[in-house]
Amino acid sequence: MMDHAITLLLLTLAAGTPLVFAALGELVTEKSGVLNLGVEGMMLVGAVVAFIVATTSQSPWLGVAAGMAGGAALSLVFAIVTLSLHANQVASGLALSLFGIGLSAFIGLDYVSVIIEPIRPLTVHGLPDIPVVGVLLFGHNPLVYLSLALFAAIQWFLSRTRAGLVLRAVGESPQSAHAIGISVVRIRYLAVLFGGACAGLGGAYLSLVYSPSWAEGMTSGRGWIALALVVFANWKPWRVLAGAYLFGGVTLAQFQAQGMGVELPSQYLAMLPYIATIVVLAIISRNAAVIKQNAPASLGRPFHPEG
Amino acid sequence: MTRLSRRTSLATLTACALALALPASAQPKAGEPLKIGFVYVSPIGDAGWTFQHDTGRKQMEAALGGRVTTKFIENVPEGTDAERVIRDLAATGHHLIFTTSFGYMNPTIKVAQAFPNTKFEHATGYKTSKNVGIYNARFYEGRYLAGIVAGKMSKTGIAGYVAAFPIPEVVMGINAFARGLRSVNPKAEVKVIWVSAWFDPGKESEAANTLISQNADVLTHHTDSTATMQTAEAKKVYAVAYHSDMSKYGPNAQLTAVTHHWGDYYTRVAQSVLDGKWQQDNVWGGIKDGMIKLAPFNKIVPADVQAMVKKAEAEIAAGKLSPFTGPMKDNTGKERLAAGKTITDAELSRMDYYVQGVVGKLPSSK
Amino acid sequence: MMRIRLEPRAEPSRFAGWLSPMVAAVAVVLIGLVLFSLMGRNPWHALYVFFIEPMNTLYDAGELVLKASPIMLCAVGLSIGYRANVWNIGAEGQLIMGAIAGGGVALAFHDSDSRWVLPAMFVVGAAGGMAWAAIPAFLRTRCNTNEILVSLMLVYVASLILSLLVHGAWRDPEGFNFPQSKMFAETALLPILVAGTRLNVGLFIALAAVAAGWLFMQRSLAGFQMRVAGLAPAAASYAGISSSRTVWIGMLAGGACAGLAGVGEVAGPIGQLLPVVSPGYGFAAIIVAFVGRLHPVGIFFASLLMSLLYLGGEAAQMHLALPSSVTGLFQGTLLLFLLATDVFIRFRLRIVRPPTAATAA
Repeated sequence: MMDHAITLLLLTLAAGTPLVFAALGELVTEKSGVLNLGVEGMMLVGAVVAFIVATTSQSPWLGVAAGMAGGAALSLVFAIVTLSLHANQVASGLALSLFGIGLSAFIGLDYVSVIIEPIRPLTVHGLPDIPVVGVLLFGHNPLVYLSLALFAAIQWFLSRTRAGLVLRAVGESPQSAHAIGISVVRIRYLAVLFGGACAGLGGAYLSLVYSPSWAEGMTSGRGWIALALVVFANWKPWRVLAGAYLFGGVTLAQFQAQGMGVELPSQYLAMLPYIATIVVLAIISRNAAVIKQNAPASLGRPFHPEG
Repeated sequence: MTRLSRRTSLATLTACALALALPASAQPKAGEPLKIGFVYVSPIGDAGWTFQHDTGRKQMEAALGGRVTTKFIENVPEGTDAERVIRDLAATGHHLIFTTSFGYMNPTIKVAQAFPNTKFEHATGYKTSKNVGIYNARFYEGRYLAGIVAGKMSKTGIAGYVAAFPIPEVVMGINAFARGLRSVNPKAEVKVIWVSAWFDPGKESEAANTLISQNADVLTHHTDSTATMQTAEAKKVYAVAYHSDMSKYGPNAQLTAVTHHWGDYYTRVAQSVLDGKWQQDNVWGGIKDGMIKLAPFNKIVPADVQAMVKKAEAEIAAGKLSPFTGPMKDNTGKERLAAGKTITDAELSRMDYYVQGVVGKLPSSK
Repeated sequence: MMRIRLEPRAEPSRFAGWLSPMVAAVAVVLIGLVLFSLMGRNPWHALYVFFIEPMNTLYDAGELVLKASPIMLCAVGLSIGYRANVWNIGAEGQLIMGAIAGGGVALAFHDSDSRWVLPAMFVVGAAGGMAWAAIPAFLRTRCNTNEILVSLMLVYVASLILSLLVHGAWRDPEGFNFPQSKMFAETALLPILVAGTRLNVGLFIALAAVAAGWLFMQRSLAGFQMRVAGLAPAAASYAGISSSRTVWIGMLAGGACAGLAGVGEVAGPIGQLLPVVSPGYGFAAIIVAFVGRLHPVGIFFASLLMSLLYLGGEAAQMHLALPSSVTGLFQGTLLLFLLATDVFIRFRLRIVRPPTAATAA
């Protein structure tokens, strides 16, 4: 039983990790007041670029870096269209997803049959063999640790640094931020690029670690779930983390039950996270003070200093 | 150059208009290659359902040389779009059209009415008409053999099955696998996880991991990606691949693979259309017809097991052995086949229960 | 050093309004030429196949309109809300709910030969879409919950409900356990408009919605109030325009239109309930609404363009053996260009010279 619990925990962490990357990135983007619905496209581009670079360079870590660059490059398109050219963010984000899905499939055509050596879990000699704690602390993939580090960094950045404060100010009230001399557009560009890089990293995790291969549409909607997650988390990093593991864990728990012969209608279970998100959202937004603290007030609104 | 291409397009336009106005009159001209169209439900990729159909298409092209030309449309959603794609193929002079997914059934039937001289072949459905033939393979025969291999190689006596949706074709496969498994290991069990997707590598590997965590030491799958095989390889358990040979994704894990082979059938059908002898038919081919084969065994499979499987394979081909011959009970203990009775095709295609040895309850069965 | 900057215009430019689609079209042709040449195809022929071929025959033209209709319907409904800053992005879910509700009527009255079955399906379907849109509207007006996110979440829930039904209760008992409903009876199907095509009378519903959308927004008081609420929320509340009424009208209009589109699909080209009834029309409609600049006439043309892009992708596969991914790539590029070039309607380009250069001259 203990073994089961540990395995389930390990699997849950592994399943939640791509969501952690993508959702944390989107959180930072949204904190600056920009809603980028193109996460699915950016993840896919990240996945394919990471895969191509990792196979041609034989260096998975170079692949990870390239995946981030790929995601960021795609988000740059979004940034130019929405921030410099003032197009609607919702429509542009959806168009970006369409574009990213097509682009990734297109550049990945010659790589669908390529085999890759995945990034393996760290094996610090002997450590994972310590009962229970060993596996839980040392048995993960390096990218899982990276996702936790990213979480800590973002948490610290948003709550403890001046730059984090500036980012939040831009998302809260771009007009006042502009008035005190902050370059709103520059900050938003950086936030969008960061979000793109994180989504690309989530994609790289999928193609290099989680199911090491490239196939069209291999993210299977995880980008959309990441979007839901940010809201579910009420724009708090630690809740993104918890939510990602919850989303990943629900599926796994359902699989565990199935394997043991317990019948649960999968559609009801699959609905749960979305319904839970709506309920949580409704409850937190009833309390205006809570939502005000966290949700960026200018989310989705274009900004131009003169109008 | 531009003008030339415009003129050819104009010719196409006229041809289309003609084909539309007089669909019945469109006949292949003697001496011209037969144009054959294929409609695929997913991208071709490197393994899986569509990949095997495309391999069949290429094999047919090679076999018939210049007498046929083929065209395929991949990633066609089942629903509204399928009808248009099938119709476009028919309207552009494709006289033989293979629609390779169940969801194309109603669109195929509809288009066939408008193009009575075009031959249609629909895979895995049940509706036919004058110019619509159907074809399918007895995948379950291969599953039974896979079950024998799994039963012989498993130490824990637990096999894991990653499945997509509980349609009869999948259920048949699970049951045949369990029958094969139990024929050599009467206490063995099959654990099934439904992932509710034909293709989702992430979920498939989660399901595979879950099964391994529940002591399954040999896996198989009825989904479209290579994730189950890759997970087995990473976790050092065995697996039997489905659709395609996936040994390069699991050089140590793959014991064998239940593979689909459509090439001979496609060649035969195309030849019959070339000869003007095509007839509407309902083909359900198996090992005997070469539609289902086992991939070469991994060298870790002992010679006696290999021999045993080969023998069963020969018996199935000869019609002496059926995976579903009584006595057969379902997993609630109810008798489904009396001793000595073999299941009929009609009973097979309505199978909505698990046989003994499969754990759990089939979703949404009443 | 010269700098280029954007300055807001006092009045939206009509000239730029015409110019921007032209700029986008030229850009797309250029990109197409490069892309197709790189892939070793004759680029002019490829463009011909992509944009002209799908309109060659009567049947093709019918398909173009058939595919544009649901997108048009959803986009018109959405635009009413968007004009008032009501961000419903869940039209896909509302479409599915419409299909479920309307399809439910068709299945319940499968043996009826009443000619009221079809109208009833549309009424119930529209109600289904509205009910689904009412959830985010209620939460927005009562709890101040962000409607973008709630409506998006409900898309997933709707598609799972449909999946549950066709895998279970509504599965065709004669269908060998395959996940699909019975084929609808003749009385539950939309009559074909032009023989030899699949174009059905559903087109009139879409066109009526376009006309109604125009009348409502341009000619009615409520429409005027919606526009004011969108342009100047503060002024609107001064003038006593109820913001919750705006939300309700915007959401319900979107839901009703999407619900109608859903019924149009299942009572039209599909003819039964399947696990997937829309290849993303509800999402495509959001892009179309903006490409059409939230104006019914613009939406009419934008939805035809969207439909053309889908069909062009199929034609490119069939005649040029291009992979299906090219469609998405090309679609995304065109739409991003269209969205981006609209900037010149509200802004002008201004070349700013630094002061030193000015004094020197």
